[in-house]
Amino acid sequence: MGSGNGSEPRIVAFLCRWCSYAGADLAGTSRIKYPPNVVPIRVPCSGRVDPQWVLDAFEKGADGVLIGGCHPGDCHYVSGNYKARRRVALLKKLLTQLGIEPERLRLEWISATEGQRFARVVSDFVRELKELGPARVMSDR
Amino acid sequence: MPKRSDTLSHSTHHSSPVTHHRRRIGAFVCHCGHNIAGVVDVKRVAEELSRYPGVVYATDYEYMCSDPGQDLIKRAIREHRLNGVVVAACSPAMHEATFRRAAEEAGLNPYLVECANIREHCSWVHDPGEEATRKAIRIAKTMVEKVKGNMPLEPVEVTHVDKCLVVGGGIAGIQAALDVAEAGFEVILVEKSPTIGGHMAQLSETFPTLDCSQCILTPKMVEVERHPKIRLLVNSAVEEITGYIGNYRVRIRRKPSYVDPDLCNLCGECEKVCPVRVPNEFDRGLSERGAIYIPFPQAVPSTYTLDEETCLGIKPLICGKCSEACEPGAIDFDMQEEIIEEDVGAIILATGYDLYETRALPEYSPDDPDVIDPLQFERLLSATGPTRGEIRRPSDGKVPKTVVFIQCAGSRDPELHKPYCSAICCMYTAKHALLYKHAVPDGRAIVFYIDIRAPGKGYEEFIHRVMEEDRVLYIRGKAAKVFREGEKLVVRGVDTLSGQRVEVEADLVVLAMAVVPSACVEELARTLRLSCLDENGFLKEAHPKLRPLETLAGGIFIAGAAQGPKDIPGAVTQGSGAAAKAISLLSAPCLTHSPEVAEVDEELCSGCRVCAPLCPYGAITVEEVAQVNELLCEGCGTCVAACPSGALTLRNLGDEQLGAMVEAALAELGPARAAVGVKDG
Repeated sequence: MGSGNGSEPRIVAFLCRWCSYAGADLAGTSRIKYPPNVVPIRVPCSGRVDPQWVLDAFEKGADGVLIGGCHPGDCHYVSGNYKARRRVALLKKLLTQLGIEPERLRLEWISATEGQRFARVVSDFVRELKELGPARVMSDR
Repeated sequence: MPKRSDTLSHSTHHSSPVTHHRRRIGAFVCHCGHNIAGVVDVKRVAEELSRYPGVVYATDYEYMCSDPGQDLIKRAIREHRLNGVVVAACSPAMHEATFRRAAEEAGLNPYLVECANIREHCSWVHDPGEEATRKAIRIAKTMVEKVKGNMPLEPVEVTHVDKCLVVGGGIAGIQAALDVAEAGFEVILVEKSPTIGGHMAQLSETFPTLDCSQCILTPKMVEVERHPKIRLLVNSAVEEITGYIGNYRVRIRRKPSYVDPDLCNLCGECEKVCPVRVPNEFDRGLSERGAIYIPFPQAVPSTYTLDEETCLGIKPLICGKCSEACEPGAIDFDMQEEIIEEDVGAIILATGYDLYETRALPEYSPDDPDVIDPLQFERLLSATGPTRGEIRRPSDGKVPKTVVFIQCAGSRDPELHKPYCSAICCMYTAKHALLYKHAVPDGRAIVFYIDIRAPGKGYEEFIHRVMEEDRVLYIRGKAAKVFREGEKLVVRGVDTLSGQRVEVEADLVVLAMAVVPSACVEELARTLRLSCLDENGFLKEAHPKLRPLETLAGGIFIAGAAQGPKDIPGAVTQGSGAAAKAISLLSAPCLTHSPEVAEVDEELCSGCRVCAPLCPYGAITVEEVAQVNELLCEGCGTCVAACPSGALTLRNLGDEQLGAMVEAALAELGPARAAVGVKDG
């Protein structure tokens, strides 16, 4: 179920372990505050993120899904992030057809040195999701 | 060739729902002193977890990573017959290995232990209270779900090659190569220029002891050349590195030198007759060389080199005078470029530094011949330099009576140039001023500085000696402008201690330029597929404090100024340190490879071949069905996400497992209850 009106959006973040997860660690080490709406899940690579997972997350009540990968050219596994980028592009089209705003899915490149950026991405995403309101999830239809 | 481990076959079956129900998980919530407990209600996290399906024991403790904390986990594993553990504490990057080892000591397979990151991802980034506690509970529950789906695994054993590649022949690379070779392992030392020695060979004397730089360096260079275990490849560049820890294959391109080093007797007749005159790189353009030349007399390998780029023409031969003048017949115009392939177990990157270009600072008139960089001043000070150690300014050869040194030229300037401190400039500038005063006793040396940073052994004392005994004038403030007025250069700035504007006439200005990474390092990083450059382009260490010699790629180490600006003792220390890391890898009986890799369910695989081209490691081959080489697979899971029939899975991060984790991440939580007794299963 989506969160009720005025309530806090819920976000699942699939973070690649080499860049974005480490970037989130750095945000912690640097004590950079951001809203607590996101539950991170560590994956080896953004390329591991199966589009089905994203659909599952929306079905299970997520208001937003964040996929964090290494910057283009920096993927620890060479090219997994490019695969993620292609999948996300297609997935956004599919989301539109399912009646889910494509902005609820975000793919961001966050390196291990970008703690500040991780915090900013989460803060921005939370703000945007609040503006969008709760997701009309598939089970609501 | 690496051998396949047979231990893996015992443990590689898909997780099944039956296993999930059998998991008896222990959850251990760490206070980390106030780090977690000051923000998150750790008692409540433990209490919530104790009621969560699959968890049979949950508790909290002040420091889980301490010995008593680890003992608590070990005891609980035995007493409660746990077959899964979640430690809700810091990032797995910190203590995953600690807790897995502890669990293993209590007889639990380490792959059944996971860390829930409630410190870096929760207590350190959120305000104390309900929301932070709820997030910690969610994070911990996702990891409980992960452990439910984890299978016990054994690391894959891999054999390795007993050879080390060192990239870069400066002092860091030289030290690393010698240490590894002394331990009995073969070393391939690759250097892009015609000689090893790096920037240290260009220096006059070294701070703070004023040792002659070449005098202490050249014996080490000769040792490299003579060492039976070291293969030295100059004029060479690493083009490609493939493989993995212990088993890298490197492709090296060696440019021809057109001179047989065994025949060259260093008579120098060839350079005398060469009609070409180009700026000599070793003297930073303060002298000229022929197209055939030797960078400096003690170059190693000890031979002349013909520079194809500046020669009038080799293919077809246009001039050929050098060959006619060469008595021993050492010059061979037919020498070809070579591609050398080598298998190595470890790699040490010691690619060094360059100076930020003076052109980037137009306010200091960088095109004026008497505005020079610090390495040019080193060459003026050197007995082997273009002026034989006499300090003469480039424009007219006169002895400069006033020399102004400008520190932090391009460093510590986040708006326009480099944000960092280049670390060595304070010390070499003091040395420059001292050596100048010794050479020109009636001359004036003036230093513009922002701060003096002299943290090394004997460094502070050296600065005082320069200021007090050698009467060098230090002006605190950054010079704003350098411009020419007739014979003289004018340096304008502000003395920030007195608040007065300062204008000084100078005969020579030395800009202490920022230290930047070598140009080649970016290309090299790309070849290595390392997300390994920091925001300033230096090689990034695996951990800034605790793993300063390693990169994130196993078996690839870093040494010297490639990692960040550093002085000679720092570069030598890192060279030896990286060598020690390489030696411990090369001397291990075998290496282990993570078993958390992709595997194929042959029943489900349709042989569609979608997966194989996606694999960056060539780990998948498809005949009837797909097969994964678990030694080549790095476990990224890109193939798994693409498999249309669900035949591929990533061990310990399967789709079913992930689904349960997402559900736990999103599940509604009940209201806070008063903490009750912890369930004991």
